[in-house]
Amino acid sequence: MLKAKKLFKRTEFYILLTIIVLGILIQARSGQFFTGNNLVDLTRSMVVPAMFAIGAQMVIISGGIDVSFTAIASLAMYATTRILLDINYQGSVLLAYAMGAFFGLLMGVLNAILIARFKFPTLIVTLGTSSIFIGIMQGVLGAHELPIADPMTAYGKAKLFSAYNDQLKLSSDMPVTVLLLIALLIIAFFIMRYTMLGRGIYAVGGDEVSAQRAGFNVFAIHVFVYCFVGVVAGITGITRACMMLNCHPTNLIGMELTVIAAVVLGGTRVTGGSGTLTGAMLGVALMTVMSNSLILLGIPTYWQKVFTGAIILIGTGVSAYQVIRSKRRLVTTQKGA
Amino acid sequence: MSDYILRVENVKKSFGGVKALKGVNLEIKKGEIHCLAGENGCGKSTLIKVISGFYTADEGTIELNGKKYARITPAEAIRQGVQVIYQDFSIFPSLTVMENLALNMELMNKRKIVSYKRFRRIAEEAVSKIGFKVDLDELVENLTVADKQLIAICRALLSNAKLIIMDEPTTALTKKEVKALFSVIKGLQAQGIAILFVSHKLDEVFEISERFTILRNGENVATGNTGELDRAKFAFYMTGREFNEEPFEPKNIAGEPVLEVRSLSLKNGYRDVSFKLYRGEILGITGLLGSGRTELALSLFGIYPAESGEIRINGKPVRIKSVKDAMKNGIGYVPSDRLTEGLFLPQSISRNIVVSKLDRLSTKKMGFLKNKEIAAEVEKWIQDLSIATNDAARPVQTLSGGNQQKVVLSRWLATELSVLILNGPTVGVDIGSKYDIHAILRSLAAKGLAILIISDDLPEVLFNCNRVLIMRNGSIVNEINPRETTEKQLAEMATDVS
Repeated sequence: MLKAKKLFKRTEFYILLTIIVLGILIQARSGQFFTGNNLVDLTRSMVVPAMFAIGAQMVIISGGIDVSFTAIASLAMYATTRILLDINYQGSVLLAYAMGAFFGLLMGVLNAILIARFKFPTLIVTLGTSSIFIGIMQGVLGAHELPIADPMTAYGKAKLFSAYNDQLKLSSDMPVTVLLLIALLIIAFFIMRYTMLGRGIYAVGGDEVSAQRAGFNVFAIHVFVYCFVGVVAGITGITRACMMLNCHPTNLIGMELTVIAAVVLGGTRVTGGSGTLTGAMLGVALMTVMSNSLILLGIPTYWQKVFTGAIILIGTGVSAYQVIRSKRRLVTTQKGA
Repeated sequence: MSDYILRVENVKKSFGGVKALKGVNLEIKKGEIHCLAGENGCGKSTLIKVISGFYTADEGTIELNGKKYARITPAEAIRQGVQVIYQDFSIFPSLTVMENLALNMELMNKRKIVSYKRFRRIAEEAVSKIGFKVDLDELVENLTVADKQLIAICRALLSNAKLIIMDEPTTALTKKEVKALFSVIKGLQAQGIAILFVSHKLDEVFEISERFTILRNGENVATGNTGELDRAKFAFYMTGREFNEEPFEPKNIAGEPVLEVRSLSLKNGYRDVSFKLYRGEILGITGLLGSGRTELALSLFGIYPAESGEIRINGKPVRIKSVKDAMKNGIGYVPSDRLTEGLFLPQSISRNIVVSKLDRLSTKKMGFLKNKEIAAEVEKWIQDLSIATNDAARPVQTLSGGNQQKVVLSRWLATELSVLILNGPTVGVDIGSKYDIHAILRSLAAKGLAILIISDDLPEVLFNCNRVLIMRNGSIVNEINPRETTEKQLAEMATDVS
């Protein structure tokens, strides 16, 4: 009973409910939602935003906000692809990932230094660095669309299984990159829940002064968070190139806001200190369903944007309202005391 | 072994030329409840930080458990059993009770990996020390202030505390919660733990502590047994000023009531409230938290409009449905939480003073501000209310509580006001400023303003009002004459359960 009550209070529960209702609605209208190939397609389009969301959420929980991760991903992806093409690389795709992660880390370190050492506001820092990263890519590296190295193509085409839709004569492949997403999720989950570092991230986001007094190394925590985001963004960039089978320098830019919105929609508090990975993933799933499947209802693309915006407003509005209500309840119970 | 857990000898500390501590002594015996009192800026907080190792003293020594230190690190202070409970409790609102209790301990033990089993064991041990019943899986942000404080106390006990320093622990607590806290403190004392209780509230000092030390301007002014202290001495030691606590006598209460309330009701607030308020009067309303006193004040100021009943101003019935209505009818309100409801904290003192008069201080047509006149206005109020600042351009949050309250007051005084409602006018204000504020209110009443003070500070209403209404469970249950009523009688009437 108590557990059920707690469940009803959770944002995650309502997001899941919305996804299910939306799914049933689409299924009823088109009969095409709960089909193998649609579900595989949805998963496929979730991979990149979901990876981004892991890092974005960690920053938000720590009390900051990072809008540079798509720029980091783009530059890491572009630099790696270019180098691998230049040397006509034929080895394992792991090197591509190692390089992507390394470039991501370098850029993360820059954010970390500016934020942890100089205590500049996180939004301003990441807006600035994001602009620098894009500038370097377009100016210094003269970015334009590139093909990708053969090992990356092979990896991008690799599939776990295919789902075939008899009715539409379409088949969709479940990409191997899904496994990478799952691995990242497990790592992030472990860090956030089972290490003092992870609890420190929650603590710093909840109250930085208290965290300092308790003995957390606040500086190190900030540094870790921005470096982690850098690494994850680098890996995500490579994943994106592999899955698209080419390297487009700028088409990731702009996704950062959608990802942050999905994270917040999933119950992560913008003010920091609170949020679950389950919520973030459900948030990403809902956004993906909105942008992929509304078309099955015959809703034109531009309306999808309206719907997505409305869901964000309703979703975040509801959780904000819940916070206000629980505060009010607290006031009345205190009065009763 | 020494009888003393802590001896501070001749400690001096300055910050860039400002001498915060000018040779302070403080001695606390084992298992003693000792009160450290003093006005804002007297050096209390600095002294606490020196004892807990966050500041290094320029001169002097600190002796803990008989061991002398010229400088002590925070870690060493903790090892010697010193624990500080800060005003904000240093808790993590978005984490569970269990984690809040266990994290510090785990960090001290340099753990890297979390074990929720161990967390729970530590948390259970912590709450058992004072028999605190709480759901360990609840988020701390959902707890009351008093419970948050108990969590901070439990956490302090985990690290084998011998001296717990509590920095103004009762500021945000209700009377009942203060009682509960005091019994916890007594329980700790029984376990041999010494408490340094930092407060500037006289009643609390009398009730809880055995000995006291009072600081003023970074120097000791008095130390001794609390039994030898009385109200007048306490106020004198704190401020260095003599106060004569003459009860308030209204000068010229005349004619029609300025404000008359007839069977006013608000669901879940108060019901059937009627009273009259005359020119030159200071009327008190007291009652427990939840008695409806705050709701009544908010209704009169139009924030929670009343649902039935009548409000008359100067004999004419008026509708007060919004703050604008209230202001139009000459009603001003000073809220209880000036920090969130009354002031623009990061803004300058001068802007805070003139904000409600900008209509008058700007050009008629385009609304440009007349800066010269604004400056004159600000200067006038800083003088009149003796607001302690040398630069009105500084943010209002840099002022002490008492001076902030004066800024809130000044804002109303230039407007055409006939009724001023104050909700807890001196909550969190030090003694000196408290007297200043009371004096201001009295002189305003003498000039013909009708004043309504809502407060649970019983001495405050007894000394400063000529009539006091008592509210209980949403109704006015009694009206008393403060000259013929003692504090004890008033307290009984306010809490009476029979």
